Amino acid sequence: MIAEAGLAALWLAAALALLQLGVAFAGPRIGGVRAIAVPAAVAQGLLTLFAFAALITLFVRTDLSVQLVAANSHSLKPFIYRFAGAWGNHEGSMLLWVTVLAVAGAALALLERRLPLDTIRATLGAQAALALGFFGFLLIASNPFARLNPAPPEGQGLNPLLQDPGLAFHPPTLYLGYVGLSVAFSLAVGALITRDVGPALARAMRPGVLGAWVLLTLGITAGSYWAYYELGWGGWWFWDPVENASLMPWLAATALLHSINVLAARGGLRAWTIMLAVVAFSMSMVGTFLVRSGILTSVHSFAVDPRRGTFILGLLVVYVGGALALFAWRIGTVREGACFNLVSREGALVANNLLLSVILGTVFVGTLYPIFVEALTGEKISVGPPYFNAVSGPLVLLLAVLLFVGPLLNWRIDRRPVLRRTIAPALVAVAALVATVALGPMSLLSRLGLSVAAGLTVASILPLIGRNLRRTPLATWGMALSHFGVAVAVAGAACDSAFTRETLTAVRPGESASVGPWTIRFAGVDPVAGPNWTAVQGHLVATRGATRNLFEPESRAFSDPQTQTNEAAIRTYLDGQLYTVLGRQESDGRWQLRLWWKPFVTLIWLGGSLIALGGTLALIGRWWRGWRQRVRAREAWA
Amino acid sequence: MTVTPKNQRLLLVAVAIVALLGAALLAMWGLSGKAAYFRTPQDIAAGRGEVGQPLRLGGMVKTGSLQKQPDGVSIRFVVTDGPASVPVLFRGIVPDLFKEGGGVVAEGRLERGGLFVADNILAKHDERYMPPQMGNLAAERKTRETVSQ
Repeated sequence: MIAEAGLAALWLAAALALLQLGVAFAGPRIGGVRAIAVPAAVAQGLLTLFAFAALITLFVRTDLSVQLVAANSHSLKPFIYRFAGAWGNHEGSMLLWVTVLAVAGAALALLERRLPLDTIRATLGAQAALALGFFGFLLIASNPFARLNPAPPEGQGLNPLLQDPGLAFHPPTLYLGYVGLSVAFSLAVGALITRDVGPALARAMRPGVLGAWVLLTLGITAGSYWAYYELGWGGWWFWDPVENASLMPWLAATALLHSINVLAARGGLRAWTIMLAVVAFSMSMVGTFLVRSGILTSVHSFAVDPRRGTFILGLLVVYVGGALALFAWRIGTVREGACFNLVSREGALVANNLLLSVILGTVFVGTLYPIFVEALTGEKISVGPPYFNAVSGPLVLLLAVLLFVGPLLNWRIDRRPVLRRTIAPALVAVAALVATVALGPMSLLSRLGLSVAAGLTVASILPLIGRNLRRTPLATWGMALSHFGVAVAVAGAACDSAFTRETLTAVRPGESASVGPWTIRFAGVDPVAGPNWTAVQGHLVATRGATRNLFEPESRAFSDPQTQTNEAAIRTYLDGQLYTVLGRQESDGRWQLRLWWKPFVTLIWLGGSLIALGGTLALIGRWWRGWRQRVRAREAWA
Repeated sequence: MTVTPKNQRLLLVAVAIVALLGAALLAMWGLSGKAAYFRTPQDIAAGRGEVGQPLRLGGMVKTGSLQKQPDGVSIRFVVTDGPASVPVLFRGIVPDLFKEGGGVVAEGRLERGGLFVADNILAKHDERYMPPQMGNLAAERKTRETVSQ
């Protein structure tokens, strides 16, 4: 019954999306947006939430008469994986995707009250058109509620790599950010339709974009850390196409976040901001296509079904093509914004946007190149870290250097001797560069990374200096914190590539190995068992000076499905992480050990979290300000 | 020069186009030397594997060819696709599904003497996760159909 109720809720929601689209087409003839479109959007959000809750209930109960549950769950799994396993498969994750889309639409309908009614009507129409296509995909090509008759006695289990607390957090956060960008897309389309592109649009777009960007940042950071500890390869970013699929919308959203401010504050960069809003969500859809079509293979691709790929590709072409065509048609009617000098806040933000776009372009080309080459020539190639690091590394550093100056500039024109204010960070950067020479050999990119990170740490505080800190808006604090987060993350990445020490060896119980400053004694192994796995657990005693810690990496064997995974044992110290992996036993009785000493590697994820925290502060600050203004206006009126 | 809004917009468009071209050139430069081609032992026998270039070598692990090295963490084996074969040296922990007679993809470089030195070895993780590179022809064909549609 639950499955049928969930399915019915989805069909009903799809019908409401059709109604909402109809209201947009009918225009002002049929009465109020508030009377029909807004309730329709809210009801869609509630219905999809209901359907999603129904799927979770089926998974938690392990209802094996539902095909999806039988194929991806197992009654012996711990509760958290039966719960989160609901989205650890193709259909479930698409349902999560659609749920976020519908909820974002509902939030847009409820919260946006400042734009003209015509624009809201067109925007809700665009959001409904998006929802309709993806409801169609879910109901026609990926029904999560399909029944299985007869029901099997036991489910097939969940991919062990996904059996991790990360599954409960990473996909929902990422999707909230990823699909939350649909709000910006719909607002851009709505504003193009009603020829209403101006600062008011930017102010309407900003909370949605900021919120989505914060969640996307958190989701990517969490995913990076998950891959780092779960896959046991010791890396934090693999330039896997699926990672790139989440990075591309983030790059576009970051650019959009900055250009929105120009539009909101100065009325400039109109066409560009609209374009970025379209590109950002288009990148989310491209990512969905890459991940969900089975065209790529990774832990994220669950099934190969060519019909699904074609369906998503069709949706992608219709939505992106439609939005771009509308853009080309209407952009001539968008008025030019206010002028600005090259040396100004706008100028710096344009440079920021161009650099982010160039990074986005190179990541995009590198990610899709193998697919096109294979389609055209049949030649199979892979593009990996050597390409992405070489191409995007220097661009990221350039972007970080731009941050030394950009936030200090005035709007429109800046005639002050700005360079004098950047002397302090520049000196710090140079000093750090000299210091790296004393630290020994490392790649030029790491050297420059450490130097720029040191300079940016100082530069990120400069916008706060000379201001009355108690009256500084929260948004400015947020900006400084996010930029500081960039410095921290760059420092972490540079430290990881410059100072990581790796040891790969085979030892007998009682023997020792060393990695960096650590001596690690291998005490032996013991068998252990979990709810649905058995494992060999190694006992390692790591010592450095007076510090002495026990590490217990495991090699786990799962029964359903039969798979082996390595559970690394990792411990964080103030100056880095020690990362240990237990390999196989050799025929002569020795055990393989892989050990890493990674100084300051945690700064990478700390930086990512700081960037997200800065965004959160800005979001709270803007909301607080808007609320205060509304209250004051109401009081003045009374 | 006085800047009117119209001029400024033209200037911005010009700058954006230059940036896009720059991105494309940068990408082409990066791809020319850093993309890894997929090769089978027959390709390499036919001279389609350049020494020193990043390559992905795919095939089967020849039965009886796996030799463990005295250091305990290196292995030598032979990748074959029937008519041709290539010797491979790998230092590291091999994936659990790596076995003689099974499919394998090795990422690395070909040395002058014909030895393939692998930095990374890929193997199948789970029954429902099948890289097309693993010789999973059905999945490969479907993928190609999807791309060409």
